Parts: sequence; C-alpha cells; structure tokens
Amino acid sequence: MSGNKESTARTLVVALVVSLVASVFVAGSAVTLKPIQRENRLLDRQRSILAIAGVGGASLSDREARDLFKQRVRAEVIHLETGETAPDLDPDVFDALAAAKDPTLSDSLTAEQDLALIKRRERYATVYRLEDADGSGRLEALILPVRGYGLWSTLYGFLAVKPDFATVVGLGFYQHGETPGLGGEVDNPKWRALWAGKTLFDDRGRPNIQIVKGGVDPAGAAAGHQVDALAGATLTSKGVNRMLVFWLGEQGFGPYLARLRREGV
Amino acid sequence: MSKQATAKEVLFTPVFDNNPIALQILGICSALAVTSNLNTALVMAIALTAVTAFSNLFIAMIRNQIPSSIRMIVQMVIIASLVIVVDQILRAYAFSLAKQLSVFVGLIITNCIVMGRAEAYAMQNPPWPSFLDGLGNGLGYSCMLIALGVVRELFGAGKLMGHEVLPLLKDGGWYQPNGLLLLPPSAFFLIGLFIWGLRMWKKEQQEAADFRLAPQVREEE
Repeated sequence: MSGNKESTARTLVVALVVSLVASVFVAGSAVTLKPIQRENRLLDRQRSILAIAGVGGASLSDREARDLFKQRVRAEVIHLETGETAPDLDPDVFDALAAAKDPTLSDSLTAEQDLALIKRRERYATVYRLEDADGSGRLEALILPVRGYGLWSTLYGFLAVKPDFATVVGLGFYQHGETPGLGGEVDNPKWRALWAGKTLFDDRGRPNIQIVKGGVDPAGAAAGHQVDALAGATLTSKGVNRMLVFWLGEQGFGPYLARLRREGV
Repeated sequence: MSKQATAKEVLFTPVFDNNPIALQILGICSALAVTSNLNTALVMAIALTAVTAFSNLFIAMIRNQIPSSIRMIVQMVIIASLVIVVDQILRAYAFSLAKQLSVFVGLIITNCIVMGRAEAYAMQNPPWPSFLDGLGNGLGYSCMLIALGVVRELFGAGKLMGHEVLPLLKDGGWYQPNGLLLLPPSAFFLIGLFIWGLRMWKKEQQEAADFRLAPQVREEE
C-alpha cells in the first residue's frame, strides 16, 4: 500500500479526502455553535447598553441583564437624514453595521465630512430608549450608537444622553483594538465616569465637546464641554473626540436630536 | 532517538528539559501578546495545548498515507481546521475572553510549536505517543505563559485574574504598579530572565558559544 504512496493519483486522492473531512469538521462546528454565538453577541451588546445608560452593573447575571433590557429598553430604527423614525424597519433585524457596507443602504462620505474616518455612513440607525422603571414609558435616557477610528482600530460604542438631548449620561465602547494600557483605557471606569454630566452642544446647538490634554480646569468657562484626554493616547483621544462631533453633527444624529428637541418627546 | 522513550518522558520532557519557548525559542509572538493578564494567558495556553495535541494525533493517524510532496499542506489543513474549531468554541462559551484574545487564537495556525511538533514528531511516531508529545509541548508552552501572566498581571496591575492582590497607590493602597509590564516588550525581558534561570538550574541546556571574539589588537604605527 505504501509502495505507490507518492503517485500523482494518490496525492490527489489524499488531498481531496483531507480537505473534505476538514471542511465538514469546520462547517459543522460553525453551524452548530452559531446560535450560541449570536446570543452571546446580542447579550454583550445589551449589557453594554445598560452599563452605559447607568443601569445595572457587571454584577447582573445573564438572565437579569436580558430581562432588564427587555423591560426598560425600546429599540427603534430612525432615518438619519430626516431624523424621522422608520416604522417599517424592525430593530431586531436591521443591522446598521451591515447596512454601512451595502451601497444601497449607505452613502460614502467626502473627506471633509468623514470626521470619524468610517468611509461610509448607513442611512438608517438603531437607537435605544431607556424608559422609566415604573412602566410609564417616560424617557430616562437616549442611547445612540457611535463609531470611529482611533489609532489602530475602529472603536464601536454607545453614547447615552439625558432627555434634554444635550447632557451625557455615559459613553462606552464594546469593541475596539486600541493598545491595552494606553488607548485601551477608554474602557477604564474612571475615565468613563468623567463623561457623566458633560454638555455636548453649545448655545446655538452645534456639537461642542472637547477632549483636552493636560487636564480640565474645573473653574474654566468651558469645563462643562471638556473631558481629560487619555494619558499616552493622543490619537485615540482625538479619534473619540472627532467621532462624537461627527455623530452629533449633521451627518449623524443631529437632525434626529433636533426633531426630538422640537417635539419635546 | 534510538531508544524508545516512555510515555512519561514524552509527556514531561518538554516542560522543563526541552521547553518550546525557553530552549527552542518558538512561539514567542503569542507569549508577548496575550500574557498581560492571567486570564487570557490561561485560555491561550489551553487552546494551544488542545490544538497541538489533536493535530499531532490526527497527523500521526494518517502519517503513512500522506505523500511527502504535499505533507506540509496536509498538516496545515489539519492544524487550521482545529484552530477554527477552537476559535468557534471559545466564541460560543467564553465570549468575553475570545473578544480579548481577538486575532491571537487564529494565529495559533502560524505558531511554530504546532507545525514543528507535527513535522518533527507526529510524522514518525504512532498516534498515542504523538498525542502525548503534543500535550507535553503544550504544557511546556502553558507553563511559560502562566509564569509570564502571573508576573505581568501581579506587578503590572496589582491583580491576579482580575482580583486585587496588591492594593494600588491610586486606589488608596501602597503599591505603585510597573506600567512597563503591561506592554508587550516586558515579556521579552521576562522570557530572557526565565531562560537564564532555567539554564542556571539545568546546566546541560547551556549552549557552547558559536565563536569567541578575538582580543582587540591595536594597529601598529
């Protein structure tokens, strides 16, 4: 049997059989584990939304987090350009990140517009409304998805604002590839705590939020618009800053927030 | 190796006597990248041990069927498939750790230890000893990773597996952490120190110098 081991026919057969067996293995594991993975991703997203909106810390069990999310958070899809809701799009199905890659559902940005360095922006986005615990449906915080480029990677996160649509409740990222210990400190709870209570817009409704080096002067007139930069992570800090200006501006949630303010929801 | 090594020797020799990182200097890349905390180091160690053991097992099972002209590719296919399976399992059952390990699980495919053991051992030996050999080399790698993870997390962040051990100065404790330990280059220094320690303990691992510098000669005027 081993005599003709090196023949061409034998080589082809071995290559074919090995590839077939290996692909069955890989495909099998990918398919059987997919539902669990999707569940994990969803739960991870829900947990970070809850944490950024300031309800429920990391101590929640999976079930508690899921129930809390179901009970208090309403997702809806909005049209970014007009700021109107898009009732025909189901927030459980619509995937903004996939839409950003689809030319029929997104627009490419000019270099001037593209502050967050994301190249294409989807036309619709999913926003989350955190409602009162007593079930009255009163808005407690609005959570907007944000993303943009830092130093090495795109940071994906959420910005939660109070019902005045200008005061920050929290900012956090659920996925990024910045340097651990430097840019990765965007995850540091102490830095994240600096964001609470900051004001995002100036008197005329234009985005005004700055990440400043060397520490914020708490007595300064602009202190309400400023947050300390991360030590040793200038480019990540700048990226976060530009991303917020982008997503709060005309290309981002500007029209939507303007509508909410006008209608006083 | 003319005399047959016992199962125990096959399993434990790679841990200290023939450590893949400390003696063969393989797999350094991931040893730098994933050891800034003990959790990721542990998961990476388990993942690599599993991949090395099973790739050795499967390759040894079909070693007599593999034509030598495509043996490397066949090994790669088997290793890559195992790595993908491990990656999928981690994403399903250890999601937050899989997120931290990101690309490094996928890069087990290119880890020299896995390929090296397949080529050097599994191609010549029956399945069971090959499995043990893979397990042993995985353990050798794991020992090094765990040692690095403990030192880096303990002295770099004052924690072990995320639990506070040394209270930090900035949180009102007494320990001023060494931030360098959280950056990948620190693992280089630590691996160097570990290799030095190991070769002091086991002198037979010291290598003869390849050459000696000739004494400096002053140019005659």
